[in-house]
Parts: sequence; structure tokens; C-alpha cells
Amino acid sequence: MTNRNMIQALNSAMDVALGQDPNTLILGEDVGYFGGVFRCTAGLQKKYGLHRVFDTPIAEGGIVAVAIGMGVAGLRPVVEIQFADYVYPAVDQIVSELARIRYRSGGEYFVPMTIRMPCGGGIRGGQTHSQSPEGIFTHVCGLKTVIPSNPYDAKGMLLSAIEDDDPVIFLEPKRLYNGPFDGDPDKPALSWTEHADGEVPDGHYTVPLGKARVVRPGQALTLITYGTLVHVALAACEASGIDAEVIDLRSLVPLDTDTIMASVQRTGRAVVAHEATRTSGFGAELVAQIQEDCFWHLEAPVERVTGWDTPYPHAFEWDYFPGQKRMIAAMRRTLEA
Amino acid sequence: METIPEQTRLHIPQPESRPGEQPDFSRIEVPHAGEAGRPDPLIDARQMPDLSRALIRVLNRENKAVGPWANGISADTLREGLKLMLTTRVYDDRLFRVQRQGKLSFYVKSTGEEAVSVAAAMALRSGDMLFPSYRQQGLFIARGHNLVDMMCHCLSNTRDAARGRQMPVMYTWKAGNIFTISGNLGTQLPQAVGWAMGAAYKNQDHIAAGWVGDGTTAEGDFHHALTFASVYQAPVILNVVNNQWAISSYQGVAGGEHATFAERGKGYGIPALRVDGNDFLAVHAATRWAAARARKLGGPTLIEHVTYRVEAHSTSDDPSGYRPMEEAQAWPLGDPIERLKAHLIEIGEWSEEQHRQMHRTIAEKMQAAYKEAETFGTLNDGPQLPRGTMFEDVFKQPLPHHIRQRAQLEEEHND
Repeated sequence: MTNRNMIQALNSAMDVALGQDPNTLILGEDVGYFGGVFRCTAGLQKKYGLHRVFDTPIAEGGIVAVAIGMGVAGLRPVVEIQFADYVYPAVDQIVSELARIRYRSGGEYFVPMTIRMPCGGGIRGGQTHSQSPEGIFTHVCGLKTVIPSNPYDAKGMLLSAIEDDDPVIFLEPKRLYNGPFDGDPDKPALSWTEHADGEVPDGHYTVPLGKARVVRPGQALTLITYGTLVHVALAACEASGIDAEVIDLRSLVPLDTDTIMASVQRTGRAVVAHEATRTSGFGAELVAQIQEDCFWHLEAPVERVTGWDTPYPHAFEWDYFPGQKRMIAAMRRTLEA
Repeated sequence: METIPEQTRLHIPQPESRPGEQPDFSRIEVPHAGEAGRPDPLIDARQMPDLSRALIRVLNRENKAVGPWANGISADTLREGLKLMLTTRVYDDRLFRVQRQGKLSFYVKSTGEEAVSVAAAMALRSGDMLFPSYRQQGLFIARGHNLVDMMCHCLSNTRDAARGRQMPVMYTWKAGNIFTISGNLGTQLPQAVGWAMGAAYKNQDHIAAGWVGDGTTAEGDFHHALTFASVYQAPVILNVVNNQWAISSYQGVAGGEHATFAERGKGYGIPALRVDGNDFLAVHAATRWAAARARKLGGPTLIEHVTYRVEAHSTSDDPSGYRPMEEAQAWPLGDPIERLKAHLIEIGEWSEEQHRQMHRTIAEKMQAAYKEAETFGTLNDGPQLPRGTMFEDVFKQPLPHHIRQRAQLEEEHND
């Protein structure tokens, strides 16, 4: 065990993957010599060679397309898109190609690709360095979409993703790279050093994709979330004294409906929370599934806590971000309904 | 399990030097100034002499303007260019320091690349539409944008034309005919082509110009721009600012190892000029050539400006991690401000004392401008834009859910 922040945990996962499988390779903008703009691949080119970890032209569509070809050639590409906001030129290759190659070839071909991308706000990145596009990918059948909230899960889930024979969109909440974040930008930044989930095994282990985690057991209501907002949710429970059961989904597709429904059926009240914009966000899918499976157990309408239906505004980052206040207000409405 | 191959047949491009090594620009051939020929701007693209592997240079080692691209630009215009380039550099230095003080979230300097923007803007007409990337602040300064307004944008304050929605340096200035800058790469270049198609459609003689970096030529949008510009013979100038680095990736990663960026034009039938981007007169002359061609519906031109990114990619970047610290000093094409200054002194139109005086005046003006800009607020202090304005301009009129969400946000703050 070594204490690692999320960047180091991801780096360790890729180190293990490169070491165990000669067909695994890493490509992306600035990932080679420099080790990535967030340093996630630091040192890996030096350790494994120029051809195992290399820089690509700035062409996200090209990166994903050649990685598909490499996957078809029997390699296991791990792609970094520098910011999730930059993925859109690759969307045709992801949606029309990557996600359907197994299906359209009757299972003859498959592409075991992992696409890593930092997502979410909280670093004053404005509208082009802050987005949470998970809902775009969860709407596409043929893609797994996951998002860890701590270093331990990040490493274990990334190894699961890399070893998975299907394509995985691996979203990394960049505000959590260096420490847990409770939604209050005025507090001094925390590090993962003191956090239990910052303890990361050195070697190989996996965290399965499709298994949610109850991070806080509770009785009053079920708060279902993922990514950065897991930490906001825990702080909101602490601040408000509300005894919510907080579920970190970790994986959106596949979705651990058993854990969600068992909890909501017991508490009878649910709040779903994500940082992405509200309309057609993944929260809408969660609310739909909850009403399908738990309607007769519900004591109150299911609440959504989300970013607003605007681009992520630079100056109003903290007005956009769904912080503790917005979360507590939603929990209170649920309890008072 | 296969063993990990130690040898590979896969080619991975590598720069000439890394930190701790001697800078090496031997790949940059520097021909004598005045060598490159200048065809008529309305030459048939098929007859175009190959200037895509040349390097159009006007200023020679004796700081004289020589050759067919030296087109008799007046000393007044040159002095104006010098002033605008120096203003751009002082502006960059000022805002960089302000960022380091924590008053800006981010900044991008254009040090060493001032001629690429300033000379181009001066060679175009005010009605021509510009589609810059995020390192062409010189275009705004050369077109006479108010420095206070530019700073207010970077501060995301109450006078920010982008109303706090964009990161610093993503200016918008419709009155100056400069398009709102995107943080995504290359998107503006095919848009510039479309604007030019629109001008032709309306029988106007305005033209458009767009700028991307060498790294961005890899994006599909760059190729869309060339395709559409060629197909519709759009009156547009497509500029590639080859500053050698795209964050940590040297220009070979964008395909510069095997052909110049100007050569990209050939396959599309677009005339291309490869220009010494640190030679103010060369950039000015090349832009005028391309503008004359476009304005008379001779079609598009691709210009590669060979220059060097002297500073970090941005305030979030540290280039000591990927390139030799001494590389900027080793850059063979010098500094655009120093070269133009030396030329003006050489022809008896400028002096060191006048230069010092001009620098002082600009620095004082910059300080006053910043002082004024701060009175409109900074990111964290002073007057702030009303938070509810973030719901405006998503659409022309807010939708009902925006009105609801705005009320909910206000409620959050009234609790």
C-alpha cells in the first residue's frame, strides 16, 4: 500500500497494465515525454519505451480512429483525451464506430479500448475545460461509461477498464485529482494523504465495473451520485445533519440498479445529483429507473441536483457548481414532501 | 503472453533536443532575404511557383529591406507596427504578472509572435473579418481595441464584453470585426471560410482571415477549411502560425517532419506562402499579396508563418519539462521587435532613445489602463456581474426552465 493521489493512482494502473501486457499501449496529446498536462502518464514513456507511450497529433477524431485500428490489430489502446471538452471531434468515431463494431460484425471484431478524459469543473476552466459529458456517452449503446471518485477506485477501475474487451469511457473528475473536494472553494484544499481511499495497493487489483458503493449508510433518504459530488454529498450530510444514505455509482453503464433500488425501497426518498447540466442528464435516467422499480415505495418526488442548463460560465463557476447548499435544499424538500 | 518487444518498426517522431541537451535548429534552413520570387497575386494556382518550401524574408542581415517582397512600406507604417508589437508585448507582460498575483485565472502570452498578428492586421482592411486563435492578441491591439476593454475581459469583470463566460484571452469584439475566440482548436478556420463565402455571396469585397497553430493543422477542421476554401474559391487567408511547439509536442508530431505546413495547400490546389514570421515586413507583404488575390476573387491562400513560441504555452504550463531552456536564444529567426527596430534605425528613421521613450510611454499607458480596468472588478474582488446573468444569452430569450433555475439560484443565495 502506498498513499497516492488520483493522478498517481491512475499512473500506477497504467504502469501495471503496460508491465503485464505487451499489447497495451498509451497514446494521446502530450502523454509521451511530458507525461500529460495533468501528469497522469509521467515517467511511463521512459520506463516502457517510445512506442508504448507516445504523443499524437492534436486530432481527437484521428486519435480514436487509429486506436480502433490498433484494437482491431490486436492491441489494447489506452487513449487520453486531454479534456473531456475536447472529445467532440471524436464523437463520430466513438458513437458510429467504436460502440458498434462488435455488434455490426456479428461479434467478429471488437475493440478493447479505454478512453480516459478529465471532466468536471472547479479549476476555473470556463466553458471549454469544465464539462461533464457522461450523458452523451451513456445514451450510446455499446459503450461502458464509468467515473471514479477516489484514488483506490481510480486505479482498480482503470485496470478493469483496460482489461475489459469492450470500449470504456473513463471519466476522471479533475477537481479530485489532488484531493477530495467538498464543494467549498474558499476552504484550503485537502489532499488524499489523510483519506482512507488514498491508500492504494502497489500491484494489480481491480474494482469491478458495474458495482456501486454505499459510501455512507443512512436511513432518511438515498442520495445517488458520482464523481466530485460524492464528496459534496458527504459534506452536505455532515453540515445538515440529514441521515442520508450516499451511493457512489462509480459506473453509469453498467448501472448497479440492485444497490440503488434496495436503498430507495428502504428509505422511500431519493435525490440524484450530478455536475452536468440538468436537461437530459444522466439524472433523468436514474429518476426514470427509480420510478419504474420503486414507485410504490416512494414517499416523495425524486429530486435532482445538477448544474444549470447553461454552458459552464468562467466567472460564475461556483454559482453553476451544485454545491452543498443546492444539495441540502433538495434533501430538505424531499424530507418535507 | 507475448514478450514485450524491445525493438519496434513503428516510427515515433522525436524532437532534436530535450531538457539538458543543446538546442538544435539545424532543420530550419534560413535562406538569404530577398531570394524568394514574388508572382502576380492573380496568378493561376496551377502556374504558382512553389513558395511552400521557401522562406519569404525581406529583412537581411544588415537590417535592410531587400528583394521582390520589399514593397515600399512607409516609415510611418513601420513605426506604427513597431509600436503595436511593443504594446502587445508590454500588454502580455502586464497580464502575465497580474495572473501570477492571482487576479486572473489564466493567461497566454504571444512573446516572439507579435509580427504574425500585428503585421497581418495592418495589411488588411478594417472591414475584413478576422477569426483568430487564442495567441493573436496582436490583432486586437493592431485594430485599435481599447486596452481597458481587453483587460476587463481577462478579469471577467463588470465591463467584460463576454460577460464573464469565457476564460481570459478568449476575447470577443464584433465592432472590430474579430470573431469570438473558441477554446477548442481549429474550429474557427472553416468558419472563416464560410464568412468569406458569405461575403462573396453578397458581392462584397471584404475578405476573411483565420489563424491556427502548427499543432492544430492535425485537426479535421483544418482540412475542412482547405477543402471548402478550394471548392468555393473563397476569399480567405488561412494562416498557420508554426511556432514549433503545441504545448509539449514539437511540430513533427503535427506532421512537420515530412513536409512543411505550407505544403498542405498543394493537394488542395491552394497557393501557399511560407514566410519568416519574425520578419514584420515579410508577414505584411505576404498578407497583402494574399489579400489582393482574395479581394479580386483570385481564391484562397495558405500562409505558414515560421516563428517560435518563446514563452510557455500558457500560465498552466512549464516548458522546462520538455524543451531546453536555452532554445529561445538559439532560435535562428531572431525577435520580431528587435529586427524591425534595427531596420528602422538602419534606414535612419528611428533611434535607441526614441525606442526607450516609446517603451516608457507604452508602459505608463499600460499601467494606467490596468488601474482603470481593476475599478470594474477582478475575478474575486470589487464589483461583480450579477450572477443571474449567467442564464442570459443561452438563447435570445431565456426559456422557462432558465427563468426557474435563475430564481432557484437566487434563492440559494438568499438562504
